[in-house]
Amino acid sequence: MRTRLISVVPLLAALAIGPALAQETDFVAYGVQLEEFEYRWGDTDQRLAVWNGDAFVGTDEIRLRWLSEGEYDDRASAFETLENRLVLQTPVTDFFDVKAGARLDSPKNKSRWYGVLGLTGLAKQWIEIDADLFVSEIGDVSARLDAEYELLLTNRLILTPSADINFAFSDDRKMDVGAGLSSTEIGLRLSYDVVDRLLSPYLGVVWERKFGRTADIARDEGEDVESWFFTVGMKVLF
Amino acid sequence: MEMFGHRRVSLCAGFALVAGLASFAASAIAEAATYNLTVDRVKIDTGDFVKEGIGYNGASPGPVLRFKEGEEVTINVTNNLDEATSIHWHGLILPFQQDGVPTISFDGIEPGETFTYKFPIVQAGTYWYHSHSGFQEPDGAYGAIVIEPKAREPFRYDRDYVVQLADKHRHSGHRIMRNLKMMPDYYNRMQRTADEFFKDLSDKGLGATLSDRGDWGDMRMMPTDIEDVQGFTPLINGKGPKHNWTGIFKKGERVRLRFINSSAMAYFDIRIPGLKMTVVNADGNNVWPVPVDELRIAVAETYDVIVQPTEDRAYTIFAESVGRSAFARGTLAPREGMSGDIPEMRKRPLLTMADMGMAHEGMDHGAMSGMDHSKMPDMNKGAMKGMDHGAMPGMDHSKMPDMNKAAMPGMDHGSMAGMDHSAHGGMATKKADPFYADGSGLLPAAANGGKFLSYKDLKAQKPLYKHRPATREIELRLTGNMERYIWSVNGVKYGDAEPIRLKYGERVRFKFINETMMTHPMHLHGMWSILDTGAKKWNPIKHVVSVSPGTTVYMETEVDAPGQWAFHCHLSYHAAAGMFRKVIVEGGPQTASLPATKEVGQ
Repeated sequence: MRTRLISVVPLLAALAIGPALAQETDFVAYGVQLEEFEYRWGDTDQRLAVWNGDAFVGTDEIRLRWLSEGEYDDRASAFETLENRLVLQTPVTDFFDVKAGARLDSPKNKSRWYGVLGLTGLAKQWIEIDADLFVSEIGDVSARLDAEYELLLTNRLILTPSADINFAFSDDRKMDVGAGLSSTEIGLRLSYDVVDRLLSPYLGVVWERKFGRTADIARDEGEDVESWFFTVGMKVLF
Repeated sequence: MEMFGHRRVSLCAGFALVAGLASFAASAIAEAATYNLTVDRVKIDTGDFVKEGIGYNGASPGPVLRFKEGEEVTINVTNNLDEATSIHWHGLILPFQQDGVPTISFDGIEPGETFTYKFPIVQAGTYWYHSHSGFQEPDGAYGAIVIEPKAREPFRYDRDYVVQLADKHRHSGHRIMRNLKMMPDYYNRMQRTADEFFKDLSDKGLGATLSDRGDWGDMRMMPTDIEDVQGFTPLINGKGPKHNWTGIFKKGERVRLRFINSSAMAYFDIRIPGLKMTVVNADGNNVWPVPVDELRIAVAETYDVIVQPTEDRAYTIFAESVGRSAFARGTLAPREGMSGDIPEMRKRPLLTMADMGMAHEGMDHGAMSGMDHSKMPDMNKGAMKGMDHGAMPGMDHSKMPDMNKAAMPGMDHGSMAGMDHSAHGGMATKKADPFYADGSGLLPAAANGGKFLSYKDLKAQKPLYKHRPATREIELRLTGNMERYIWSVNGVKYGDAEPIRLKYGERVRFKFINETMMTHPMHLHGMWSILDTGAKKWNPIKHVVSVSPGTTVYMETEVDAPGQWAFHCHLSYHAAAGMFRKVIVEGGPQTASLPATKEVGQ
């Protein structure tokens, strides 16, 4: 990845030159997307403020992307999860990019660094896929698969099922993760594009479940292993 | 319209000689005209919305420039923007330094600078001009050019109107490009929905519906991907459908309409219900008159038609975008303030697997490939009627060498053997327009069931060049990746590509193979594009050649203009995404006297 890292320099130079040379140099695109920006009401009295989004800048060949997601527990006034990733991504096939970078988890009073290597792109039948492999600073390996599909009820009323599956190859007690299939989050959101694709309010349901040793750890700490949420939020794309 | 400074001076030969302009000596009288254009930030009101844009002399579109064939024009362009600009004279044959493409013809026009263009007008007809910098053209920097011919025209008309179409969008060109790079279907609001899925279920059954959705999903492509950018308001001469641009006529008069498609992205199907349109000129060159009910105009093309309204009523000029997301509307009327009926837009087309280039699977490639359309002279309805029915089943394919399978997509080996009159009738009408893939969802049909113009109807009235075999062929595959919004030629984007090198004096045959699902209007600057319709010496002379998905189209160019030129898809965002090439013409009489521009001869 070293060569890719080096090519950030011309990327930033291209940014400075601006659009006047659009045809000779690569177009530099940027964007900000919040796929989830919502409030969740849980079946066991939880109240969470949640976001999941990213911002990018770059060309066809290389993009710098910041991905951020977090769950803020409104009752406990603390972050249940807080994760930021900074990755560089570059095309490897017509429909997929490889991405590499770093991730920092910093919920409540703890933090953990990870290295990230992953794939992101569009699978057949329009399924958006994000597959990541993480190696933590203390050598624990974990993986995550995100999948999402947009079902157009109309061209503006869109039903989006999504799934998020986490798997750990070893325990990381500090981060409350146990080896094996650790957790899943399944969502179903119904959104309506009000202004272009800029603002799309939605409502939905989310089901969270912890498994195996991760579930055991949660039980030990008196946390829920399985929760249902009703959610209201707003998708943003700029 | 003409709010710009305009003075016309006659120079006698003696004066020209004194001035040292030896080139004028040949003609007894050389006319010269000076035009002044300013490039300004302007307000654009479409009737649906008002936005900031770019225009000329304070308005978008800019003034209609009226030149005369044979004169020498001087055009002073003052850039009042805070960014560099340029003007390209689309379709005009001129020295390459005057062609107005930054980094290829010149350095561009800096803010505050006045650049003086000076070139002889060596042609007549309908053309246009636009900025070739960034996204200024979609932002409004365009106008029309009308050149009065030296000789009498071979058709008569009493009135003459420019009808310049554009697809004005709320978003700036830069914003549109950014959105397309972020999400290629950002502007596609005519995608297939769940509702349509259930309709198909009841019409076609579960199996067919699932396999259809499965096939498209496998490719990760959309049959609705016909217009990359929707959400625009089509304009006629700067006026939206609500503003209703109106051209006045007196009953019985012949009216010449000069259609120019100055859209960034949208093709239009144009008709005037109640009137036959006689096409007399395409891309500035006269063609043998073709009466049609409707025509499709590609981005950057021009078509001149003559209509003769015989009733004392308003006629609607109705131009639906090919994706049917919007329409332009104007009126021909005996008096101001009148309006005719506005038709409903037709149902949006869907691309088919044929448009994806999948139509050849069942074809006998052995027999078909290599077949040359041009070797089958005058394959139109009239000529076919005269063919010997009995002789057809025995047709010898070996006598038809080089037949191109994509150019004749409607033909399969089976029906060739059994060719009959009904099949031939079909060839000249809906069934097999060779410029669409066989079974294409884009194949046009006239709203009234009548005649729809095809490229193969266009025949040059006065060929500019002797017909001769091409000296070589250059294959240009039109390529892209819709999901990434990358567009390219032969799989290589402009920034990574070597220039195309041509030799002065050769005749090059360009073979366009469209491997994408979009239609690309290919535009070569500086030299004519002789479209191979199979009419040999009567092949039409154009400056834009539209290549439909799943087809192969040939054009030939007499390389008679030294210097370097742009060659690109005229869809603004495809050109900017990389479907663009620099062409260098090596050799030629003037090369020595050209200023040493950095890239020449490299």
